[in-house]
Amino acid sequence: MTTFHFELVSPARLLFEGPVESVVLPGVEGDMTVMANHAALMTSLRPGVVTIADGKASKRLYVRGGFADINASGLTILAEQATPVEDLNPEIIAAEMKNAEEDLRDAKTDEARRLAAEKLGQMTDLMAALRN
Amino acid sequence: MPSLKDLRNRIASVKATQKITKAMQMVAAAKLRRAQMAAEAARPYTERMERVVSNLAGGMSGGSDNPLLSGTGKDQVHLLVVCTAERGLCGAFNSSIVRLAKERINQLQAGGKTVKIFCVGKKGYEQLKRQYEKLIVEQMEFRAVKQISFNEAEQVGRRIREMFAEGQFDVATLFYSRFKSVIAQIPTAQQIIPLVVPAVAGNSDVSYDYEPEQEDLLADILPRNISVQVFRALLENAASEQGSRMSAMDNATRNAGDMIKKQTQKYNRTRQAMITKELIEIISGAEAL
Repeated sequence: MTTFHFELVSPARLLFEGPVESVVLPGVEGDMTVMANHAALMTSLRPGVVTIADGKASKRLYVRGGFADINASGLTILAEQATPVEDLNPEIIAAEMKNAEEDLRDAKTDEARRLAAEKLGQMTDLMAALRN
Repeated sequence: MPSLKDLRNRIASVKATQKITKAMQMVAAAKLRRAQMAAEAARPYTERMERVVSNLAGGMSGGSDNPLLSGTGKDQVHLLVVCTAERGLCGAFNSSIVRLAKERINQLQAGGKTVKIFCVGKKGYEQLKRQYEKLIVEQMEFRAVKQISFNEAEQVGRRIREMFAEGQFDVATLFYSRFKSVIAQIPTAQQIIPLVVPAVAGNSDVSYDYEPEQEDLLADILPRNISVQVFRALLENAASEQGSRMSAMDNATRNAGDMIKKQTQKYNRTRQAMITKELIEIISGAEAL
């Protein structure tokens, strides 16, 4: 199978770079699978799981707040946050979710409320992504 | 003529200072490595972000209506985002950024523009406050933050976007120090609003599909790009600060060494002179008997 160049970068670091066979990414208007010689496309991503397949193994990463740029030179995903799915623990996330809910209830200032709401939103997205 | 005791005290105090500067240099060297790695790890993201933005904006026929890209159509009020360090004792690092900002302020004011200043970091705020207190509209400090992460950049970026949405300024420029090497840090001014799109290299004729529409995508990506640029500036600054501190402390340690050498020589000479004097006194006393 033909491969193409794929890069996944977050502000903290370059997470993946190399040839792959296919990448499934969660576009805002639906999931899509990108293979070699895909038409040039630019899309923003909703929070979800990106699945990378390079013929032998597949790798799953959770991304949040990102864009995908597909052109002749390959696919680039820019994500504000990206974590391998194996590193995520549903129990920890559930606990964090509960924490954030409490914070939201107890928040006194607007800033604290905004932070807690943001956290809760992130955790809810994570849970939803893990379930499917 | 200082007494022997004075000289001894002076040597001891210089030695104590040398120990401090030596320790600071070593700490800065260790931190520099980490900061440099962080700055380098973030480079791919900012580079690709730039490429995506230029692809997107370049593919736009007839330009965009997004004010972050096209500007407000005016050039009257300038916001200078001056990013400096939280701590001093790092050579000319802070003052060189501030100097660049001051030059720009004077130039803009001479041109009849209104200037507003947004200080990120304590040292720049302190230096700018003396002369331009009335112009400073916003100030942020990350003193408690050990390692700059995207969150801090996002805070700054959000505040800039809020101010822009409220129509508080027309043009925003970011001031920071670009890390070239340990001995070279270049104070840099970078305009972030309206965004200056670098010319697309070659493939501008590629016709993209967009999901969602191009304008919506731009409206999503441009605000994020501001935070990314701030993030890059903060990381470059962190590396520059440590590099600058390292060479400043290296100099200080060497100067202290020179000083100790000179003082010790003086101390020994004075001591010898006193011994000789005492001997002469004893001998001439014995001869007189």
